[in-house]
Amino acid sequence: MYQRSDIIYLYDGSFEGFLSCVFESFLCKQRPYDIVSEDSSEPSLMAQQWIETDMQRAQRVRNGIGKKISEEALYLVTNGFCTCHPQRELLLLDFIHLGFERGKKVCELITDPTVHALQKAVLFLKRESHLYLEFVRFSEYDKGLVSVIEPKNRVLPTIAPHFCDRLHNELFIIYDKTHRSVLIHKPPKWAIVDLEDFIEPQADETEQFYRELWGTYFDAIAIRERINPRCQMTHMPKRYWKHMTEMQRRPAAKTAASARTESTVNPVPLPERMLSE
Amino acid sequence: MDLFDKLRILSDAAKYDAACTSSGVDRDGKGGQLGNAAACGICHSFSADGRCVSLLKVLMSNACIYNCAYCLNRVSNDVPRATFAPRELADLTIHFYRRNYIEGLFLSSGVVKSPDYTCEKMIETLRILREEYGFRGYIHAKAIPGADDLLLNRLGRLSDRMSVNIELPSQQSLDKLAPDKSKSAILRPMGLLRDGIKENCTDLIRYRHAEPFAPAGQSTQMIVGATPESDYQILQLTAALYQKFSLKRVFFSAYIPVSDNPLLPARTISPPLLREHRLYQADWLLRFYGFSANEILDEKHPILNPLIDPKCNWAINNMALFPVEVNTAPRELLLRVPGIGVNSTMRILRARRETKLDFSGLRRIGVVLKRAQYFITCQGKTAQGVRITPDNALNALISDSQKQRLPSQNYEQLSLFSDQITREDVVKCISGQI
Ligand code: SF4
Repeated sequence: MYQRSDIIYLYDGSFEGFLSCVFESFLCKQRPYDIVSEDSSEPSLMAQQWIETDMQRAQRVRNGIGKKISEEALYLVTNGFCTCHPQRELLLLDFIHLGFERGKKVCELITDPTVHALQKAVLFLKRESHLYLEFVRFSEYDKGLVSVIEPKNRVLPTIAPHFCDRLHNELFIIYDKTHRSVLIHKPPKWAIVDLEDFIEPQADETEQFYRELWGTYFDAIAIRERINPRCQMTHMPKRYWKHMTEMQRRPAAKTAASARTESTVNPVPLPERMLSE
Repeated sequence: MDLFDKLRILSDAAKYDAACTSSGVDRDGKGGQLGNAAACGICHSFSADGRCVSLLKVLMSNACIYNCAYCLNRVSNDVPRATFAPRELADLTIHFYRRNYIEGLFLSSGVVKSPDYTCEKMIETLRILREEYGFRGYIHAKAIPGADDLLLNRLGRLSDRMSVNIELPSQQSLDKLAPDKSKSAILRPMGLLRDGIKENCTDLIRYRHAEPFAPAGQSTQMIVGATPESDYQILQLTAALYQKFSLKRVFFSAYIPVSDNPLLPARTISPPLLREHRLYQADWLLRFYGFSANEILDEKHPILNPLIDPKCNWAINNMALFPVEVNTAPRELLLRVPGIGVNSTMRILRARRETKLDFSGLRRIGVVLKRAQYFITCQGKTAQGVRITPDNALNALISDSQKQRLPSQNYEQLSLFSDQITREDVVKCISGQI
């Protein structure tokens, strides 16, 4: 009932557009060769079929997943759409078909290649999103706070609630340079919109002052005897440094001290006694 | 003195405190106020030593009137002194916080003038943050031993977590090295905090608007390697602290030589980082893996094995319990398999409800088999090409990097291990014969 075909579905890149593709696939009992958004489509020998975004169809698919499969499956689908999996649309389509076949058990099939690939992609999205809760750096300009990021996954929808909650009364934007979209928070509202290009303003004296102070702090808290660039890099991969205030100031410390152990110790006192009072 | 110098001096003096977590409270943002707190904790950066930077960790002042031998700020040491004004520090915190540099503030202090005076300055800083700026981010404050109970209470109501550092793992060592502090000066505030936190839970149920008292609990820290206590004693103390004072965390800090005091290790000694690392691993076993302190070490084996982590060490000594069958073993036993952590255990339990697991299935759900394969079977079978013997297991457990990391001057005999490690070698090393 789910036959392979040589057609490529073309859609507008929106989530609803993708769900409309899913609808089409179920309607024609057909597994397209690929599903691509119009801006990332390349000339190809395969036949392409334009799928119009249809809000009602999208809504039906969304409800269907939530009710007939499970809320967890819907969660995987909405988040899976934000991942950087190279064939995320097709992967999601396979997952949805499998889901309608197997019901709510589908999320437990963690050894199935499709389910596994999707869960892995979503896990990567979640990990990267968490890193951005950490590594987003704002600069203050006269109008508000500004941050630029270059994530692999589309993290803005995942990190938006956190920052909007935290900076409750602040006007701020986070620009995603990779996917050319921007989160704008203008209390009490926020939105994510496409933005072709964005040029960060020049930092003024106050902003420069706090950047320097932060750098001073960052250098001062490193313990010389424990310098460990490898550990630093594991936790904070280099690709994030480009937009992090403290890493922009200067390169990482070069000196590496090797880990060593202390000389043997002689047992003496009674720790328990200390607490018996 | 300008702000740069102050910040440099007072963060430099605070950096040896290991605790920098911001976890334990969930607090949403609120209109008209600034910030929130996430229970999972958020690190914002990693310093050149690889440690997480989550909070602005500074001292209120390093002009201490006490003379603890292991401390850089002791009155007899000739170092530049600085003190923050409460408003200055509060402003700095806010500026850093809004730029997403930090989760909040970790405020400790040397004893300026008197414990009460010091405590008052800290309270004023936190009051400005909480009341004037409506700051809802994370605050960790150090209780100053010897300060008035009322002041400690007030400090507790303004912070999320409080801690009192036990500093040295025994009374004898404290007497020798921290003459101005006594065990009661340390344990008293610890007890007060515990009671405050407990009361808090009942109060919050009774009156919805009661101000929470250090809702993220309390933690402590001890210095490892400055004094002669064994790992066994340290772990016993740690376990007791968790039980008696309901601590959330015990931190260990490898001693970094700061003076030529004859009672302390020579300045040329490097900090015992590997030992600290092993202690943290043992601490995890206590907190998340259902181990008791006595299972990890005992009086006859008082030192953690430098070659392998304490969980592997335990497994090697209890080979009779292995291999375990992945498809049927209870949770507690899965948790004890080297290489299988809390997450992997969860995934195994989940996956085996639907399917019978084999080795490729295990790999697919993200269980790393490098170590685990010597301790498990899948549907009665061992992994291909693996023979389960203590020696094979041991070889797999000792990573190459670990072999390299071992310093030559302290563990000379370990050079024996450079080629093949035998069970005997490790047993020797476990029994402290090295
Ligand atoms: S009281 Fe604290 S700051 Fe003062 S010398 Fe002792 S350890 Fe150092």
